[in-house]
Amino acid sequence: MANVCFVPAGGTLAAYLTGEIDHHAAQTLRREIDAQVDSRMPELLTMDFSGVTFMDSSGVGLILGRSRHMAGLGGRLIVQNAPAAVRRMLDLAHIHYV
Amino acid sequence: MKMLNQVKFTFLSRSVNEGFARAALAAFLAQADPTVPQLADIKTAVSEAVTNCIVHAYPNMVGPITMTAVLYEGGTVRITITDRGVGIPDVEKAMEPLFTTGNPEERSGLGFAVMQSFMDKVRVSSAPSRGTRVTMTKHLDTK
Repeated sequence: MANVCFVPAGGTLAAYLTGEIDHHAAQTLRREIDAQVDSRMPELLTMDFSGVTFMDSSGVGLILGRSRHMAGLGGRLIVQNAPAAVRRMLDLAHIHYV
Repeated sequence: MKMLNQVKFTFLSRSVNEGFARAALAAFLAQADPTVPQLADIKTAVSEAVTNCIVHAYPNMVGPITMTAVLYEGGTVRITITDRGVGIPDVEKAMEPLFTTGNPEERSGLGFAVMQSFMDKVRVSSAPSRGTRVTMTKHLDTK
């Protein structure tokens, strides 16, 4: 079970993710994030993983998909505050985070 | 190796059961007192294997997934995940990192790479139209 809440500020949309991100949760998160991006058209989307307790490679797919979505709109994505378990998955996928 | 305990259960290939499979396995492994990182590794590998069944083995239908976990003396765990789905025509190709037959926009193609990275040993046997069996083992360093 995972959730996402959004904080828009200027040209940035911050998405704060919590819970367990697997294939089941990623389907809902994808729809919710894309809906916010499409309505707000931010220049920068930040995905904050500080509240994520589990993530498998479906989370990697979620990140790569949102990165492509933002690039298609002329924007960019930053991945931030990943806990150790998430960092291990990001490192395996060669995804840069701050 | 002497078997200490075993659990086996079957569930439908519905994505909501990915979390169930992880939680049930974690509950079974609690008796072996694994470290937090090792338990996280095993839960991740199992999540990948179960997701493969849901996304790839039963692409347009719901079918059974059977998970067996065996705990051996000395702290080795062996997990087998079996489906009766479409099977994998070329297992070697399917196990290449970044290879996916799913939606390339949303699937990373890292499922087998994660299983191999997070477990000590991964073995995959499959036959088209008959299904796939993934067997993974890991030695636990108890706290």
